[in-house]
Amino acid sequence: MLDFPRWKVLSIVIALAIGVLLAIPSLIPEGDAARYGLGGMPRINLGLDLSGGSHLMLEADTVDLAKNNVARMEEQVRAEMRRGDTKIAIGDISTTGGRLSFFVRDGAQVDAAVERLRTLTQPAGMTGQRDWNVAVVDSTRIVLTPTDSGLKAATNSAMDVATEVVRKRIDELGTKEPTIIRQGADRIIVQVPGLQDPSALKALLGKTAKLEFKLVDQSASPEQLASGRAPVGSEIVPYPDNPGGTPVIALKRRVLISGDELINAQQGFDQQTNEAIVNITFNSEGGRKFARVTQENTGKPFAMVLDGKVISAPNINEPILGGQARISGRFTVESANQLAIALRSGKLPVALKVVEERTVGPEMGADSIKAGTVASAIAVLAVVLFMWAAYGRFGIYANLAVIINVFVIVGVMALLNATLTLPGIAGFVLTIGAAVDANVLINERMREEYRRGRTPVQAVELGYKEASRTIFEANVTHAIVGLIMFVLGSGQIKGFAIVLLIGIATSVFTAVVFTRMLVALWLRKARPTTLNV
Amino acid sequence: MPFLKLVPDNTNIGFVRVRHIAFILTALLTVASIAAVGLRGLNLGVDFVGGLMVEAKFTGPPPLEAVRANVDSLGVGQTTLQQFGDPKSVSIRLPLPESSDEGATNKVVAKVSDSLKKEYPGVTFPRYDTVSGKVSDELIQNGLLAVVLAVLGMAVFSWFRYEWQFGVSTAVAVVHDVLMTLGFFAITQMEFDLNIVAAVLTIIGYSINDKMVIDDRIRENMRKYRQMDMKSLIDLSVNETLPRTVMTSVTIMLALGALLIFGGHVLRGFTAAMLLGIIVGTYSSVYVSSSLLISLGLEPQKFDKKASSKSAGAERVGPRS
Repeated sequence: MLDFPRWKVLSIVIALAIGVLLAIPSLIPEGDAARYGLGGMPRINLGLDLSGGSHLMLEADTVDLAKNNVARMEEQVRAEMRRGDTKIAIGDISTTGGRLSFFVRDGAQVDAAVERLRTLTQPAGMTGQRDWNVAVVDSTRIVLTPTDSGLKAATNSAMDVATEVVRKRIDELGTKEPTIIRQGADRIIVQVPGLQDPSALKALLGKTAKLEFKLVDQSASPEQLASGRAPVGSEIVPYPDNPGGTPVIALKRRVLISGDELINAQQGFDQQTNEAIVNITFNSEGGRKFARVTQENTGKPFAMVLDGKVISAPNINEPILGGQARISGRFTVESANQLAIALRSGKLPVALKVVEERTVGPEMGADSIKAGTVASAIAVLAVVLFMWAAYGRFGIYANLAVIINVFVIVGVMALLNATLTLPGIAGFVLTIGAAVDANVLINERMREEYRRGRTPVQAVELGYKEASRTIFEANVTHAIVGLIMFVLGSGQIKGFAIVLLIGIATSVFTAVVFTRMLVALWLRKARPTTLNV
Repeated sequence: MPFLKLVPDNTNIGFVRVRHIAFILTALLTVASIAAVGLRGLNLGVDFVGGLMVEAKFTGPPPLEAVRANVDSLGVGQTTLQQFGDPKSVSIRLPLPESSDEGATNKVVAKVSDSLKKEYPGVTFPRYDTVSGKVSDELIQNGLLAVVLAVLGMAVFSWFRYEWQFGVSTAVAVVHDVLMTLGFFAITQMEFDLNIVAAVLTIIGYSINDKMVIDDRIRENMRKYRQMDMKSLIDLSVNETLPRTVMTSVTIMLALGALLIFGGHVLRGFTAAMLLGIIVGTYSSVYVSSSLLISLGLEPQKFDKKASSKSAGAERVGPRS
């Protein structure tokens, strides 16, 4: 073991030096790092519990998702049946229980209808399943049922779009370095550092931003409104800010123009009343539709429906040409701006709910870092003194290993772009305590062997050899636990597990390899006749 | 220079002799822990029961009853107040509002903070967490799964590396450590949250580390002293590794002690759990897991056969000097 060739010494020193160097950018404030030309170096990430900020977990409303899925299918079916030379007349469409069912008026056309429906279904999943099952019941009724893999595929594509929309909306808010990650089948995690008041963010993300323009059904009687039964072809829709008093209004079912045709939305002010409004711009198709609709319905009220609620229902005073329009309502500047952002970034394909939220004020984060740093420093000092008192020279070697280990952990974390959380600091402190364990094992073994009458060199050699095996066994089991934490843990636990795992790896290396090198170099030079341990 | 020695050289403490007393004591404590968990229950944080937690930091120690009355009067549901280690900080726990509207939780938070700000100028709200029931159920499941898998994983590992008796005795000792920690949380009613699960997992990790070192020495001595009877062999092994066991436990406790005193109130529960776990883990390593090997009928001859047939020719099996 005394055989430590120069290349080995060199490679150990270089490896550790790199680890220590990697730690430097993380240990100095961000601004200073840039000044010393270290701005581009990897830094350790601070978790939100340390830097302050908000963590939100959004979950797709699966009921809403299934409903949208069926609604989309219904539209496709209607279009498909009207297509071509032979139109297929259908009726009695219902979309209850997540299924779409309708009957074909002419019994002879059932087969043709099924044939057309087949073209609407897509392969889904690995097993060659399609996304919808088509079945004929009672000879003229056709039932479309989404398959599991079909629903999964629909969720997946909806979540892809939703993640993009969430990203756009958060970018529009102008927050710094947000993290947006899809998690699992139906969740999105949003982390925004430094944000103190997440309510604006939550309000924005909670909006589906589905905008529709519909005509008001003026034929509905007050009784109908009160009872919630609308005339044929119309529906009763909530209208919370109705100046007329009733919180509902009857609207024609047909969507004249939808928010999909928007190309821009900006918050602005009404020149007369100075109220906050949202100015919208349609694409050319939407602009043409808007012009036609307003020409045909001049003088009639026209409702703007957002996420199933009417915002306002002004009269169309004159045809609106040129594709520019505005949405008025009881907005504040802030809420108008939020609506503009939501409309600009597109509608969410599915409603999202906040199922978990953690917000930490920046001050508290700073306090935690300070406390953690102080505690770490004191822990290192206590351990160093204790080791020195217990093992003398060998204790000092162990201490060198522990201190370098602290730097290397920081360096490796920076390199892996790992996140340091509050439990991570605890993991750090624990690692400092546990890192000496390997050296304790080695040194105790040396003492034992030396007491049994071995020469210093033999005692050292056996100490390292026998202890290394134990160290390996003990740390592999410890690493198993760390891995389990890492795989199963969420946020904080994961942060702890990362520090623990890195700490196990680096502490074994520094404790076994690095101190052995120091001891070997000393033995070679001093050739001691007694072992003072 | 004389070095600091916590354990004198060549100790010969009869750990195995007192194993029956140790087992009874351990069993009693374990039953007491389970009873405490069963009767008092754990003070589960919002991570596990779902709900809303607002941390309020006052300028001085707040009158808890008045604060409770204040929040209760807002009609936002059953209030649970809890003091942190820091006397100025109080955590206010509330059920999640029924409405699924995004604004609903914001409104509750705003209501509470406005009302408290009016009553106690200077109060700040450095942190708040809301967790829905669905997520909290998942967190419980994952937490339990993590603990169970960790115990199983290491039991299987030590079974493969050594003998099944080692796996069982380590698993029993680790389960004991976990139960003790849970009992501690039930008795003190300190908040049990996700961080504490991390602490429990850490205790498992440390405790296994500790037991592995002793197990490894037992295995080594079984090869070295083939004729020695199991009781003296285990005593010898535990005594030989005792200096290391104590030294390491003390260094880790030094480090954790620093964290407990200087690490701020947020980590206090976490650190307390780990400190306790280290003490319990060390106890169970010395008194429980190794002695249990005898009760489980570990025999050196049988072990030797397996070891030599499996790793014949391996360097370690060769005759020792």
